[in-house]
Amino acid sequence: MDTDYKYEPKNGLTRWLDSRLPLMRFTSEHVLQFPTPKNLNYFWTFGFILTMCLVTQIITGIILAMHYAPSTLLAFDSVEHIMRNVNYGWLIRYIHSNGASMFFLAVFIHMFRGLYYGSYKEPREVIWILGCIIYLLMIVTAFMGYVLPWGQMSFWGATVIINLVGTLPLIGESLTQMLLGGFAVDNPTLNRFFSLHYLLPFIIFGVVLLHIWALHVPGNNNPVGLSVQGKQDTVAFHPYYTVKDFFAYTVFLLLFCYFIFYNPNALGHADNYIEADAMVTPAHIVPEWYLLPFYAILRAVPDKLAGVLLMFGAIAVLFFLPWLDTAKVRSGRYRPVFRYFYVLFVIDCLILGYLGAQVPEGIYLFLSRVTTIYYFAFFLLVLPILGRIEKMKPMPIGISNSELSRDMVAAE
Amino acid sequence: MSDTLDNDKPTRRDFLYITTGAFGVVGAASVAWPLIDQLNPDASVKAVSTIEVDISSIEPGSFLKVAWRGKPIYIRRRTNEEIADAEKDDNLNLPDPQKDIDRVQKKEWLVVVGVCTHLGCIPIANQGEYEGWFCPCHGSHYDISGRIRKGPAPTNLEVPPYEFVSDSLIKIG
Repeated sequence: MDTDYKYEPKNGLTRWLDSRLPLMRFTSEHVLQFPTPKNLNYFWTFGFILTMCLVTQIITGIILAMHYAPSTLLAFDSVEHIMRNVNYGWLIRYIHSNGASMFFLAVFIHMFRGLYYGSYKEPREVIWILGCIIYLLMIVTAFMGYVLPWGQMSFWGATVIINLVGTLPLIGESLTQMLLGGFAVDNPTLNRFFSLHYLLPFIIFGVVLLHIWALHVPGNNNPVGLSVQGKQDTVAFHPYYTVKDFFAYTVFLLLFCYFIFYNPNALGHADNYIEADAMVTPAHIVPEWYLLPFYAILRAVPDKLAGVLLMFGAIAVLFFLPWLDTAKVRSGRYRPVFRYFYVLFVIDCLILGYLGAQVPEGIYLFLSRVTTIYYFAFFLLVLPILGRIEKMKPMPIGISNSELSRDMVAAE
Repeated sequence: MSDTLDNDKPTRRDFLYITTGAFGVVGAASVAWPLIDQLNPDASVKAVSTIEVDISSIEPGSFLKVAWRGKPIYIRRRTNEEIADAEKDDNLNLPDPQKDIDRVQKKEWLVVVGVCTHLGCIPIANQGEYEGWFCPCHGSHYDISGRIRKGPAPTNLEVPPYEFVSDSLIKIG
């Protein structure tokens, strides 16, 4: 985004530094003074919250790795050692394990915000796609992290998910063995998961930088979805949005702290406090809550390969969203029919999450199928068609101007 | 260097670019392969272990679960009724058609890998609609011959390579 503001070094030292490493210039122009639409609501604070989630996970994760032993003989005991013996180990582990859930909670809100306000639309397609890559990396990272405590759910979750790969024709079996490093989930699997679980957050960090870089080209979208037309539409990021972001993060931390201090195992599964046993499957295998909608889609189909393809398709379809939605109007505020389909889609995702935790039989199986169909129909039918036929509500002329656009009034 | 302007003819420099590039690709691939192959099961894992199991203690109608290659093997001693049940369904329209007789060496003994062919969970014996196995993960039902009857699993429970060393000893692998 073009900004009228230009950084001016104020003294000899900063002038000297600016001509060698323009760090102060960068911080000033891209953080402190960055022109940001003045009408952002609290849904726009989740970008910052997510950054803090990532930092929290990396810091607590590095510490946990100092006490954890990635070996099938020691892993389970070393986690108990962290919980019982390491000074504040319980706190650091609970922050890390609940932090993953909070991370996903925030990313879901962030994504649903983007979906409602059309933040993926031209010219922000690349921002959205980078976000999808981050989301995918988050899923892989969280999955691998869940295996490390080497409990029953760790083991059987890993078994089920890696066997998904085995459904691929021809290469499936050899690829599965390559991922496992053997014929079943075992020590080689645990070791490589530990290594990759440590690596991926830094990859995520890198993609986050790209995500923000791409964001800083067109600047933020905003609740009315109109482009910024000039200085009157923006305020400096600092102090206006630094304060707003920190306030929202503080509220977010209240919920986070509730889980850490009052209900640290509410989002986990009791079976993961039983050490992994390759000979006994738990009666009811469920993934972590944030993967349940996809798990429900996987089980909605009687055919193994089709189920796997649909599950991956549920994420893959997100990448094409910028081109599936044909509506030129960005914000859902001015799309009266879209709003209903959108709300239905949010409810659909919540129901899918509920169904992912149920036994896939009878009414639950039927509902899984209905909700799976709507999930895909929303992207592949509703968005492409609705954009062409929907009659938009009258829009304001600009972010600062609440007067209705003459074109839109005329269209009424 | 006067001929550099003639873009149509391959030059000695083009040749150098291509050979350098080709050497680079082959070199990179040969370095990449060890980095990829280390993921595969090593010889100690691959070495097919065989186990011998004493089956004399298994009563008719019950089963023994043993570990082989990190996977459970069900050795089931079937009663006459169970065998009759299994054979009765031979000609039904099964998802993965197989006759009971093709799945056993001795009718009394059924030996199967206890890994659901769907996504690798361990099915629970004596459960499900066909009273063979039921997989709790995604609801696959297997019959008393270990054949898939209902649910998402595509194929029957795998029969591992095994042989009877004697009437009371079985060698798996």
